[in-house]
Amino acid sequence: MATLQTPPGASETGAGAGPGAAGPAAAGIPLAGGGGIAGARSLRRMARAITANRKATVGTVLLVLFIFVALFPGLIAHDNPQAQIYPRGLSPNAQHWLGTTAFGQDMFAQVIWGTRPVLLIAFGVGLLATIVAMLIGVAAAYLGGAWDGTLNVITDVLLVIPLFPLLIIIGSYLHGAGTAVMIAVIAATGWSYTARQLRAQALSLRNRDFLNAAKVRGERRLYVICVEIIPTMTSLLVAAFLTNALYAVLFSSSLQFIGLGDPNVTSWGTMLYWAQNNEAFQTGLPLWIIVPGLCIVALGAAFALLNYAFDEIGNPALRPVRSIRKVRVQRARS
Amino acid sequence: MRYVSRRLGFFLLTLWVALTLNFVLPRLMPGNPALAIIGKFRGGISPEAVKVLQAQFGVGTHQNLVAQYFSYLGNVATLKFGTSLTTQPGASVGRVVLNGIPWTLGLVGLTTILAFVLGTGIGIVSAWWRGGRLDSLMPPVFVIMTVIPYFWIGLVLILVFGVKLRLLPYFFSYNYSLTPGFNAAFIGNVLEHAILPAFTLLITTIGVWILTMRNTMITTLAEDYVRMARAKGLPAHRIMFDYAARNAILPNLTGFAMSLGFVVGGAILIEEVFNYQGVGYLLLQAVNNEDYPLMQALFLLITVAVLVAILISDLATAILDPRTRGAS
Repeated sequence: MATLQTPPGASETGAGAGPGAAGPAAAGIPLAGGGGIAGARSLRRMARAITANRKATVGTVLLVLFIFVALFPGLIAHDNPQAQIYPRGLSPNAQHWLGTTAFGQDMFAQVIWGTRPVLLIAFGVGLLATIVAMLIGVAAAYLGGAWDGTLNVITDVLLVIPLFPLLIIIGSYLHGAGTAVMIAVIAATGWSYTARQLRAQALSLRNRDFLNAAKVRGERRLYVICVEIIPTMTSLLVAAFLTNALYAVLFSSSLQFIGLGDPNVTSWGTMLYWAQNNEAFQTGLPLWIIVPGLCIVALGAAFALLNYAFDEIGNPALRPVRSIRKVRVQRARS
Repeated sequence: MRYVSRRLGFFLLTLWVALTLNFVLPRLMPGNPALAIIGKFRGGISPEAVKVLQAQFGVGTHQNLVAQYFSYLGNVATLKFGTSLTTQPGASVGRVVLNGIPWTLGLVGLTTILAFVLGTGIGIVSAWWRGGRLDSLMPPVFVIMTVIPYFWIGLVLILVFGVKLRLLPYFFSYNYSLTPGFNAAFIGNVLEHAILPAFTLLITTIGVWILTMRNTMITTLAEDYVRMARAKGLPAHRIMFDYAARNAILPNLTGFAMSLGFVVGGAILIEEVFNYQGVGYLLLQAVNNEDYPLMQALFLLITVAVLVAILISDLATAILDPRTRGAS
C-alpha cells in the first residue's frame, strides 16, 4: 500500500521543478513516441495474429461483412423494410428470398436493414463502456488510496447487481428505448467487468521502471495515465471493447425481444419480438425467428472469436510456445 | 474475521444500493410513471393502494424527498410492497410473488444442480483425458454457446420438439385441463412440461462448469502429490477423484453457491418463452402491464437472492480455503 503514496510525491517534485517546465515536456516527447511505437508494434502484432490465427480470420471476415451490410443496406436489399405492401406470410421465393412477414414486409430487407442498429449498439456500447472502464480502472490502480477504494467499491457493487433485471426495470420506465438510449443504458450499467480487468492490468504495471522514470521526471498524473499506461494496454483494451460489444449485442437483442426496444426500429431483436407476438412458428413462418437469431449468433461469434485471438496476444502464457517454435524455425533456416 | 466482516459490509452496502436504485430510478425518468398509472386506473385502485403508490413514486404527497425515502425504506423493511395493479388486480404483491417462487425454484433450481453435477463430471473426465475426443470438442462448443441468446435456443427447441415433432409441450407449466394436486397424472404432466425449458437452461449453463472444472483440474493434475500418487501405483479412479478432483473442485463449489442466487432471476427469458409462470415470467408480465409495485418487488427479490448467495459463497470460501482468512 505504501507505493500508492508515490503519485502525490511525484507531482510535488513536478511542482518543485516548476521553472524547468520545458524539461519534463521535452523529456516527455521521445517517451511519448516510445509509447506510440509500442502501440504500433502491438497493432502490427494484432494484424499478424489475424492472418495467422484461423479464429481471428473468421471473426474478422464476419465482422467486415456485417459492417459492409450495415453501411450499405440499400445496395443489397431494395425493399423498404417497414413497408407492408406484399402478400402476408409468403414462403421464400425468387422475389422474396426469405418470404414475407405476417404484416407483408419483405423479410430479407428487414434482416439486411436490421444490421445497422445492432452494429451501432455494439460499437457504441463497446466504445463507451470501454472508455468508462479504462478511466475508472486505470484511475483506481494509478491514483490508489481512497480513490482506489471508492472506485473499486462502485465497480464491485455494479458487478454483483443482476444486470439484465436492472436493464428490464430501466427499459420499462423508458417506454421503447431507441438506439441512442439503448447504448447509453447498456454502457452505463455494463462497464464494471472490464474495468476490473483493466485495473488488474494497470496494477501490475504500477511499479515498472518506465512509470517510476516518468514519476521521477515529474510528469503529471494525467500525462502518465494517458501516455505511459494506456498505450501498454492496447490489446487488453481491444479485448475489453470486444467483450462489451458482444454483451451489447446479446443484451440489446434480448431487451428488444421482450418489447423494451423501440418497436418501430427494424433490428434483429425487434424482428424476433414481432415474430413471437404473431406466433411465427405456429403460423408456418419459422424463418422469421430463425434468421434474425442466426444473425445475432454470427455477429456474436465474430466478436467472441476476435476476443479469443486477442486474448492470446494479451496473455503471455500463450506466447512462449510460439517463440520456441519460431526459434526452432530460425535455427533450421540458419 | 476481518474478511468476514468486510464481506458483510459489502453485502449491506450493495443491498442499500439496490433499494436506493428502486427508489431513485422512477423519479429520474421523464414523466413520473405513477402519475400515468393513477390516471389510467382512476377510481379502479383502492385508496390504500394509491397511498402505497404515492409513497413509492412520490406523487401527490407533500413530503420532501428525504421523508419519502425513509417511508419507502420503512415499507420495504416491513415487507409492505403494496398491491398488484394489473397482473392480478387487487392481490397483494407478496402473494403474487410467493405464487411464482416455487415454480422458479423447481425448474431453475433443480436444473442448476443438475448442470453443476453433470458439468463438473464432464470437466473431470475431460481434464483426465486431456486432448482426447471429449476434450477437443469442448472449446468450439463453448465459444458457440456463449454467443447464442438463451431465449433463441428455447425458441428453436420449441420449433423442433414442440411444433414440428409434436413430442413435448411448450406452453405453461402444466396442462390447464388438469387440477393441481399430488397425484401421478399431475406430477407427470408438470415434469413433461419442464423438459424443454430445463433442457434449454441446461445446455446454456453447463459450459461454465465444464470449463472451470477442467482448467483447475489440469492445474491440479500437474502437482507433485498427484505424480506421487501415480508413482505409488494407486488406481486411476482414486487419483482422479480423491486426489485431483477433490482439490480442484473449490472454484466450482463457490461458483455453485453463487449460481444458486441467480436461480431466482437467471431464467427470465426462458420462463417468458415457455410461458412458465415463475418469477421471471411474472417480472415481464409486470413490465408489460406497467404493474410497477410488482415489478419493484420482483427486482428486489432477484437482487437480494444474488447478494445472499454471494455472501454465502464468500463465507463458504473462508471456511473451506484457509488462505482467504488471512488475506486483508
